[in-house]
Amino acid sequence: MLKKKDIVNIGDISNEDIFKVFENASQFKKKLSKGEKIKSMDGRIMATLFFEPSTRTRLSFESAMHRLGGSVITVSEPKSSSASKGETVADTIRMASSYSDIIVMRHPMEGAARLAAEFSSVPVINGGDGSGQHPTQTLLDLFTIWEKFGNFNGLHITLAGDLKYGRTVHSLIRALNRFDATISLVSPASLEMPDHIISTLRNPERVIKSTNLDEVLNRSDVFYITRIQKERFVDLNDYAKVIGSYSFDAETVSKMKKTAIMLHPLPRVDEINPEVDNDPRAMYFRQAENGVFVRMAIVDMILGGE
Amino acid sequence: MNKLSEEKTLKISKIEDGIVIDHIHPGSALEVLSVLKITGKSGFTVSLLMNVRSSNGNNKDVVKIEKKKLRKKELDLISIISPNATINIVENFAIKEKFNVSLPERVDDIIKCQNQNCVTNAKEPVKTVFTMEKKGDTHLYRCHYCERTMTLEEIRNSITK
Ligand SMILES: [Zn+2]
Repeated sequence: MLKKKDIVNIGDISNEDIFKVFENASQFKKKLSKGEKIKSMDGRIMATLFFEPSTRTRLSFESAMHRLGGSVITVSEPKSSSASKGETVADTIRMASSYSDIIVMRHPMEGAARLAAEFSSVPVINGGDGSGQHPTQTLLDLFTIWEKFGNFNGLHITLAGDLKYGRTVHSLIRALNRFDATISLVSPASLEMPDHIISTLRNPERVIKSTNLDEVLNRSDVFYITRIQKERFVDLNDYAKVIGSYSFDAETVSKMKKTAIMLHPLPRVDEINPEVDNDPRAMYFRQAENGVFVRMAIVDMILGGE
Repeated sequence: MNKLSEEKTLKISKIEDGIVIDHIHPGSALEVLSVLKITGKSGFTVSLLMNVRSSNGNNKDVVKIEKKKLRKKELDLISIISPNATINIVENFAIKEKFNVSLPERVDDIIKCQNQNCVTNAKEPVKTVFTMEKKGDTHLYRCHYCERTMTLEEIRNSITK
């Protein structure tokens, strides 16, 4: 039951609720594709508070609320917001929760969403906090896998790229590890999945670390690829080497299973060569589109009758 | 601890009312005083033994503080500094109560999160909350907000600074 609940991290959502979100998201997807109008959030207001910019996440949430028939209030320019005048997150949230029925917040500090949830009188959805959690991204990632395979049990899922700073993979690995899936972590040694994430896993024995993409190419069902940021490297030669061995181009993709899929939280840089965009295994644009349906499902389940 | 050595230890400077913190990890007595905020200026009569032989053959530190009562928070701090310490509560020259300290399951408002990017390190009206997790023989404390963990060693360094 997500009714009236905060969504701070993926641990706040039971497996049962995860599948409910998926069912509802696919319902919404069907309805919208048939051009049906949805009015379930008529008269409801979402406040989007983005203390750091993220056009993609914000548009996706706002689109979801509008498609549910609700409306959105927002701060258009984070620099003009109260935060830059020194107001605490706690006070900003108290204020915003008196103007809205649900709050979506993104903040550069870790733990900000947990704090916001404690001070808010309305449900708070974490739209990403620091390099911490980003649960709705995780749900849309999972949804895209579920749409293709119908389940997670028995799948071999590879997380590749920057596993240290990429926040999406931190949430995702926790969620995936709740199912009977094998998870391979493929990253350069300097960008490995941190221990403070590994230590939270329920079933760490299902996680295999590797530095070599070739080892998993013909075995994996899902490749979740993250952006490797140039800024993480002191020496640009190191970056070039890493990109060379972790990028997905036509040759790499040709070694993958026919049924495999590639996901990426976007925006991508050099990790995926655009030459593979039209390959049926490239699912990252569909994944981004799914964000709206999944967020519709979540908002509807939190504020709706359920 | 056998009876003989207990008498011997307490005889060094028997206190009338107060506490004896015994079996402190050798060399950690000053850290215990520091987290209890006992400086020479706080008025308490304090005796301190460092690196004395314990009945089990190992070295230990002992701290005796007259007229002092320990609050829960102070017990938590002592347990973090020296998880094997024992507390003797003395009344009228007799040990009224004796117990081992134990690491708290939850620690409120004591630990400063070492994650600089944790929201508790910003000017927000919140206290830190950490909960204990056991991994084999080691104890970790996880921040309720940013969910990062700290080892006992890291917590010791941060609270005795
Ligand atoms: Zn923290």
